[in-house]
Amino acid sequence: LSTAPPQRGALRERSRFAVPAALGALALLALLAYGVVSIRDDRSLDSAVAAGKRRPAPRMSLPALGGAGNRSLDSYRGKVVVVNFWASWCPPCREEAPLLESWQRRLTARGGTVVGVDVLDVTGDALSFAKEIGITYPLVRDRDGSSAHDFGVGGYPETVVIDRRGRVAAIQRGPVDDRFYAEKVVPLLRERS
Amino acid sequence: VRRAAIALLVALLVLPGPATAFAATCPRTSLADLEDEVMCQVCGVPLGMANDTLQAKRERAFIKRLVAQCNTKDAIKTELVAQFGPSVLAEPPHHGFDATAYLVPAIMVTFGAAGIASIGLAWRRRGAQGSTASRGATPVLDPADRERVDAALERWEP
Repeated sequence: LSTAPPQRGALRERSRFAVPAALGALALLALLAYGVVSIRDDRSLDSAVAAGKRRPAPRMSLPALGGAGNRSLDSYRGKVVVVNFWASWCPPCREEAPLLESWQRRLTARGGTVVGVDVLDVTGDALSFAKEIGITYPLVRDRDGSSAHDFGVGGYPETVVIDRRGRVAAIQRGPVDDRFYAEKVVPLLRERS
Repeated sequence: VRRAAIALLVALLVLPGPATAFAATCPRTSLADLEDEVMCQVCGVPLGMANDTLQAKRERAFIKRLVAQCNTKDAIKTELVAQFGPSVLAEPPHHGFDATAYLVPAIMVTFGAAGIASIGLAWRRRGAQGSTASRGATPVLDPADRERVDAALERWEP
């Protein structure tokens, strides 16, 4: 008896399901790979700074903490801007804030400013924190951390220094100290826009 | 005396009502009820799974305050979104790459249903073909087999 035609039919039948199934599996794998790559921390700013390059700062326009209206990073163009990412629930931020306040007094006289970005915080708690420390520098609110993410912020506090031309000149992943101010901020104050 | 009695009666009927209702409905929800539905954004996990990280502690304290103020679960979620943005809710956003969390299961279910349907149809078709063949279709023989069968039949004499 001839058995060839049924075998060919079965193979055809099987491949009819195997090809779409394989394509579907490949599509799922591609989706998974894209997802893994897209959630990876962006450290390209750090790499550029480490290589001595200054890349334009990510755009940032956020509501003023406890006030009306937005504040944009672009509005500080021509100044040296020390952008400090903090939260009221973060103890190192509490320790660092008085130092930043003292920097603000020095910076305002020399064409610079500190901008505090309050991230993932309760507004009332953040305002109490600012009042308690006596912060006078501008404070904005990044409620969901999206701007912090654009700057590659992975912990608190972190500080990014932007030159007079709106480029990222220095990054500190962790609390800052006076040495950082002397080495990374003061030279920028001498530059012209 | 009559007026005083009526006033007392009215007071007895009206005053305990709201007080009892308030006591029965407050608190309207609990931290435990909300913890699995909101995120600790710094930890990247639902608040119920977050250890005692600083942001988780602060978020829990904030929720407890809102629960103590007799807010409903929905009102607390709305307040949390106002404070921390939509990403505080433990559900994927409906846009961007995260929308695949909704799309992929829907696509899988559609493909699965289509697969099951086509397997069912193929199985039914094969069954129908099988029964037709067994009901009287002549089996196909190649010429060599046919000759052998004919020769055997000629030799066979009952």
